[in-house]
Amino acid sequence: MDGMKIASAIFLVLILVFLLPKAKGMLTNSPKAEAGDWQAAIIPLAGVIGFIALLMWLV
Amino acid sequence: MANYSSSVPSSAALGINKVLRNTYLLLSMTLIFSALTAGLSMMASVSFAVSMGCSFGAMALIWFVLPRVAQSSAGIGVVFAITGLLGFGLGPMLNAYLQLGNGAEIIATALGGTGVIFLALSGYVLTTRRDFSFMGGFLVVGLVIAVVAMLANLFLAIPALSLAISAAIILIMSGLILFDTSRIIHGGETNYIMATVSLYLSMYNIFVNLLAILGMSSDD
Repeated sequence: MDGMKIASAIFLVLILVFLLPKAKGMLTNSPKAEAGDWQAAIIPLAGVIGFIALLMWLV
Repeated sequence: MANYSSSVPSSAALGINKVLRNTYLLLSMTLIFSALTAGLSMMASVSFAVSMGCSFGAMALIWFVLPRVAQSSAGIGVVFAITGLLGFGLGPMLNAYLQLGNGAEIIATALGGTGVIFLALSGYVLTTRRDFSFMGGFLVVGLVIAVVAMLANLFLAIPALSLAISAAIILIMSGLILFDTSRIIHGGETNYIMATVSLYLSMYNIFVNLLAILGMSSDD
């Protein structure tokens, strides 16, 4: 089991190594949000949260 | 004389529709293929070590092979290899859930829930035609934080943190579905092979983390 933990840790570190340069690039190149943009994104994401709560209640 | 300017779609719009159609077609085929490989791995009762090997193999294909072949027809084969490996890697986890009293119900609920989330979010973007490209930086930073928290929790093993990470990953992947779909319909992503892999990974992560949340919240 310790071997699996070490392998999982290596896997996650590799993901970070590849993700960090992409994160930097996306942070600098992403366009700025305009009025109403975040509201349009939060509505469906709130729906996802509600849906997961419903599924948790059902099982 | 009839004016066709408003009824005839531009070549750009036709191109976008083609990318969208090809993406959904390839995505549906890869989902069926990974379900088959998952079933195969469940029947073969492969170990968690094999599952980990499949994850490493899929990651290597995504980072080192896919960018080189995404512009050619060979890219389709690589997409099937990635999704097949990820599906095969699910086998041991699905077998572990089946050992629970209501394991089959949890798996079916997670599968159905993932489908509903994907269809609802895609439908939302396609209907509103909103541009969610502004979310890119926020989502990728959220993903980095989630991976760091996962790394810490490997050693801390706090159940509440594990639940919070799974919930956060589902929200980040849901945001990525909005982001990727809006990129396709606004012409930001013109390669359906790359678009398919992005959407597949979002669905895969939603399924795995929904399974974890439902498993933790289950009475059994």
